[in-house]
Amino acid sequence: MTERFQVAVVGAGPAGLTAAVHAAAGGLSVVLIDAGARPGGQYWRHRGPALGTDERAGHHDWRAFAALCDALQAHVEAGRVHYLARAQVALLQPGQPFLMHLTPATGDAPAVPDVVAATDLILCPGGYDRQLPVPGWDLPGVMAAGGVQALLTGSRTLPGKRAVIAGTGPFLLPVAAGFAAAGGEVVAVCEANSPLRWARQAHRAAQAPGKGREALGYLTTFARHKIPYRPRTVLTRVLGDSEVGGAVLAKVDPTGRVVPGTSREVEADLVAFGWGFTPSLELLLAVGAKTRLDADGSLVVAVDADQATSVPRVRAAGEATGVGGAALARLEGELAARSLVADATGKPLRARALRRRIRRLRTFAQAMHAAHPIPASWAQWLTDDTLVCRCEEVPVAAVRNATGNLGATDPRTVRSLTRVGMGWCQGRICASACARLVAGLTNGALTADALQATSSRAFAAPLELSRVARLDAPSTPEDA
Amino acid sequence: MSTVTVTFAGRTMRARDGQSVAAALTAAGVRSWRTTRRGARPRGLFCGIGACFDCLLTIDGRPAQRACLVPVRDGMILGETGGD
Repeated sequence: MTERFQVAVVGAGPAGLTAAVHAAAGGLSVVLIDAGARPGGQYWRHRGPALGTDERAGHHDWRAFAALCDALQAHVEAGRVHYLARAQVALLQPGQPFLMHLTPATGDAPAVPDVVAATDLILCPGGYDRQLPVPGWDLPGVMAAGGVQALLTGSRTLPGKRAVIAGTGPFLLPVAAGFAAAGGEVVAVCEANSPLRWARQAHRAAQAPGKGREALGYLTTFARHKIPYRPRTVLTRVLGDSEVGGAVLAKVDPTGRVVPGTSREVEADLVAFGWGFTPSLELLLAVGAKTRLDADGSLVVAVDADQATSVPRVRAAGEATGVGGAALARLEGELAARSLVADATGKPLRARALRRRIRRLRTFAQAMHAAHPIPASWAQWLTDDTLVCRCEEVPVAAVRNATGNLGATDPRTVRSLTRVGMGWCQGRICASACARLVAGLTNGALTADALQATSSRAFAAPLELSRVARLDAPSTPEDA
Repeated sequence: MSTVTVTFAGRTMRARDGQSVAAALTAAGVRSWRTTRRGARPRGLFCGIGACFDCLLTIDGRPAQRACLVPVRDGMILGETGGD
């Protein structure tokens, strides 16, 4: 028998955790589904209890998180929240109710119900680092900046001794500071853009003064550890045969073109790349929610002033609605849950202050995107043999051949011709860059349609074939 | 702080309880544990949060597990996942 809930919250990061707690406080029956072993998502990372460290180190807003965890615990004990940890939604079937086909997040995780049903959804899937390929980026020792952060804070593990941290955006700062504080040497932080771009965003940046203080705090850490911060600098090539041995750094002009004569080699055993973030939209696309292209060029889901998507009874919060960080995600999670509670109970929603805070942080996020764009000429750093798709090992030359000789004008056609984005990760890592590459090669613009065509995935997580075979038999949901 | 012992490709290594399999391998100096099926290119830890599937390996006989997501347990046997 399939258990049915009033609302399913997917994701227990800042947005989902907040949403679940507020939905339960409003009297709704909640199922909270999350891939992690404990709540917090990628933002609030725990160290294992046995690691013997202060969990607060390296975390922001820890008190808020602790309060949310306590509230969740109380709701779980009172039976208001059914919390499914280490569980993934592999397939989301639209309809009434929505059916979520679950699978354990990893092979060693305990069994989870095959299916849960819910009348409403609050989808908070979060996101991951956005990547651009460069020659050598598939060598071991090259990592996503978020992966380095996860190792440092989640496992207290230093993934190298000498690191270059490269890309764009404020997230490079805590990763570099964390690496240095853990005992590593940061050879350089390469920020592709000029910090002066923030000056043009001053009016918008002023909406979130706390963020500026946070950045200053990291720069103080940089000074203490003598970390070289190199604006308008990119890592154009990773050096090494079987693993990272070094990197080529170069100054760039505002469009990302390498300034001749500025390339230099540095020794390093770790490269961390981060070009902002991109949200995981599988579940939102599965229900047919309308998307839009955000200011940072990421595909995000469109929501109204109450976090409602274009699909009735589906709300979204957090990075899925536009990358904006944890503070914004929490507020969106709260609004999504409270607007649902208002709908369900018929009580008015009083959220003017909440909406105002959300607007301020969204304005700040727009400033951040404007200050840290992906440089227009980034594809200049590529060589013919640079892999675009790490899984299917598709080089740039194959993509150029598809657009130049085979007439492909969109990423979906390029995918069918080259297998780019068809491997293990299903394009999660390369789809964004490939869409940009194809747009550049065909003199077209990056569009939401182009991104969406290669972001839809039949399954949000791998599902056993025996389960897929059984999907035809519809299950009958019963009220919990 | 308790430690656990795991075996990777016949080599015994100590890890800290609470580390991910990928973290334990990284701490032991192992940077790749798989090769790609076409170019036999080495693959290890990349995204670190379960999105990229680069870090697949066989854990206790179960193939294609994401090393970045699975916590180490005492006596775990880790091996390469071949073929992809």
